Amino acid sequence: MGGTAHSSTDLFPPLLDVSEVTKSFPGVRALAGMRLDLRHGEVLALVGENGAGKSTLMRLLSGVDQPDTGRFLLDGREIRPSGPGHARSLGIGIIHQEFALVPDLTVAQNLFLGREPRRWRWFVDRRALDRRAAELVDELGLPLDPDAPVGALSVAHQQLVEIAKALSHRPRVLIMDEPTAALDADEVEALHALIRRFSGPNTGVIYISHRMDEIRRIADRITVIRDGRYVATRAVSTTSTDEVVSLMVGRAVPTSPAAPPARRRRPGPVVLSVRGLSTRELLRDVSFDLHRGEILGFAGLMGAGRTETARALVGADPVTGGTIAVRGRPVRIRNPAEAAALGVGYLSEDRKRLGLLLDHDVGTNITLSALASHFATAGVVRRRAARAAAQRYVRALGVRTPSLDRPVQHLSGGNQQKVVLARWLARDCDVLIVDEPTRGVDVGAKEEIHQLLEGLADEGTAVIVISSELSEVLRLADRVVVMSEGRVTGVLPAAEASQEAIMRYATLRPENTGTPPPEGPPANQHRAATAPQAEPEHGRRSRP
Amino acid sequence: MTTSDTVEHATRRGGLAGAARTRLHQLLALASLLVIAGFFSAASPFFLTYGNFTAILFSTVVIGTLAVGTTLVIVSGGIDLSLGTGMALCAVVAGVLMVDLGLPLAVGVPAAILFGGLIGLVNGLNVTLLGIPPFIATLAMMLVAGGLALVLSNSAPIYFTDVPGYLDISTGNLVPGVDFPNAVLILLVAAVVAGLVLSRTVLGRHTYSVGSNEAATALSGVDVRRVKIAVYVIAGLFTGLAGILISARLGSAQPATGMGYELQAIAAVVIGGTSLSGGRGSVVGTLIGALIISVLNNGLQIMSIPQEWQNVILGCVILVAVYADMLRRRRA
Repeated sequence: MGGTAHSSTDLFPPLLDVSEVTKSFPGVRALAGMRLDLRHGEVLALVGENGAGKSTLMRLLSGVDQPDTGRFLLDGREIRPSGPGHARSLGIGIIHQEFALVPDLTVAQNLFLGREPRRWRWFVDRRALDRRAAELVDELGLPLDPDAPVGALSVAHQQLVEIAKALSHRPRVLIMDEPTAALDADEVEALHALIRRFSGPNTGVIYISHRMDEIRRIADRITVIRDGRYVATRAVSTTSTDEVVSLMVGRAVPTSPAAPPARRRRPGPVVLSVRGLSTRELLRDVSFDLHRGEILGFAGLMGAGRTETARALVGADPVTGGTIAVRGRPVRIRNPAEAAALGVGYLSEDRKRLGLLLDHDVGTNITLSALASHFATAGVVRRRAARAAAQRYVRALGVRTPSLDRPVQHLSGGNQQKVVLARWLARDCDVLIVDEPTRGVDVGAKEEIHQLLEGLADEGTAVIVISSELSEVLRLADRVVVMSEGRVTGVLPAAEASQEAIMRYATLRPENTGTPPPEGPPANQHRAATAPQAEPEHGRRSRP
Repeated sequence: MTTSDTVEHATRRGGLAGAARTRLHQLLALASLLVIAGFFSAASPFFLTYGNFTAILFSTVVIGTLAVGTTLVIVSGGIDLSLGTGMALCAVVAGVLMVDLGLPLAVGVPAAILFGGLIGLVNGLNVTLLGIPPFIATLAMMLVAGGLALVLSNSAPIYFTDVPGYLDISTGNLVPGVDFPNAVLILLVAAVVAGLVLSRTVLGRHTYSVGSNEAATALSGVDVRRVKIAVYVIAGLFTGLAGILISARLGSAQPATGMGYELQAIAAVVIGGTSLSGGRGSVVGTLIGALIISVLNNGLQIMSIPQEWQNVILGCVILVAVYADMLRRRRA
């Protein structure tokens, strides 16, 4: 298993050979010189940071998009998938992170959706449908009831339905995108057993995952990609997790030119204290403190729970437990309006869907949050004041727009982002949470936004920056909270935060026991619902 | 400071452009109104007379009042189907209070209007707290209100002949001797109020925001529930007012006549350029829309075109108006 990762000199061609594939989208080069080879009978793990190009590669293999250059060889023969159906018929099965299941239909109906056995041409042969579904489920040894509606199944079982659906097409190559994101340990084991059963001399699996422990258990080789490029392929047995992580991060990471090595900010007292925040779906016991004048970075992989933390915090999503204190006072926040009234603002990552009033003008978009609190008397808008303020922000932030009356949909991404930022600046928050503040923003605007956030912190605002770009987190944050699977797995001061360190915490599989308490002496309200202090020393706490 | 100059300058220019855009739309609606009126004036000598002018305005009152009130609901992205039967119920409530219970005008009229507000409040709570889609919530209210109107009145009209001054609310003239019905004045005043609420108040601006992007508005710290409840209450108050105006005009509360008015009102709103998907619209546009419907009905009647055909033509006008609006918007 030497370093000859790319095996063009092997006697047999690989099962799937991806060579020199490039793909550009308007303004973005998603893939450049991507390659990988999947051998017969192996499980190949594909790893890379968010945005490294994994999903683009999947889109190309499933035929949703076509590569600009390069080619795919299946058993030495070139294939050009032109759409998901075509890819499937070529022998490429893909299981996406988001399920393509109809919740109101049964397992059997979902398995054969769009290719139901017919009777008299127009009618579904329900008996044949049930029989074939039962056969499929039996053959795969899945604990599924074909008659159960999919919507009533757990996420894990829905995942199994998705897998059964893919396998029913008898694919040669099965690609799984984060298949265990929603599974617990036993379910992961069951899934791996299924994968082992599936792999044979004529098939292969590409297993996309962030979890090194799982990859070590299931995969034969690991291919690392970064920034749309192939980096390296290693045999699992001869490589270390650290090596893979450093390959993923890369040594020469371009940091922002003005990144100050030493920070001069001196964070003040705690303004926001979160303890044990939990939600039904994802968050478990999330705790952290946020200081005045501090930038707190939130890092983690996709689905780690960073956005969910912010949404739960401002009351956009329901919480199942935990306490929040603002400026030392415990508060209950039921919706973003209450959060805003307490001086806590959240700027969503999804600018178009959850940020902008696209068909409305720049001025309206800027003054939306502060209209009632800053620009109205007795419920009547002071239009001149609102307009003047909007104009001030346009100037201060350098929003490039021909006028305040320009519908915001015609602005560029960076200018749109400045508009939604200005909305919260106008509201004058003590705590500002920005989620992916520079996503889809060009380099110049990015730097301006970074400086703006730093300026805010210098003036005393407590800022939370959620970002999938590690370089951004490292550039801005005084401390970094790292999350994984709905939990806080580490809190790193800037001095200790490196891409490697963050990635290590981000790929950590949190144990099911509680997380250690966060740094510093927290306010005296650690989890309202814990047991009384006079806990007997002996024995475990038993549930009432 | 070249950038600031540029912004300043551009803003002034753009400000004109933006205001002009809104005006332009209203002007277009007004122009179509005038074209239709011009057509009928040419077609019939009886159309362009002062008597017919006030008749048209008078016949606009009920639909206009309902439409103005529901403009806010529609701008917020909602819909209210309970306007028609709600109006009948409010008229019946007015009758019960003033005829059956003998309460004075000064009590009965405000009470009936407030009752309309109560209907709107229930709609608003159903939509926000229970999360029932507006179409369903107000469809249910349409049935409830229609049924209650019959129950409260024993399915019989209530006549206001013994309530002094009641009929004058609609048919009287504020200035004696000048034939200009009070009902039209009331509609105009109510429309000005609604227009100011929509364009000048925080509530109005938030109504547009909610209709444009509810999720974004909520995340921006706006209490979306309160906005929605408020617009349904306002629509309800206008429903109550329409109940007073129609019963004062007819001299009686007709419990079974409400159904269908809500769709006419919605048609007026849509013809007036308000988007059914929310975020866009104006009270002025709605008034013009209501006038277009009245002028059409009136003109076709004068031309002795059978009643049945009037609805066919109205339906076509709605299609043309909305499609023209879409075309214009796509180009913009």
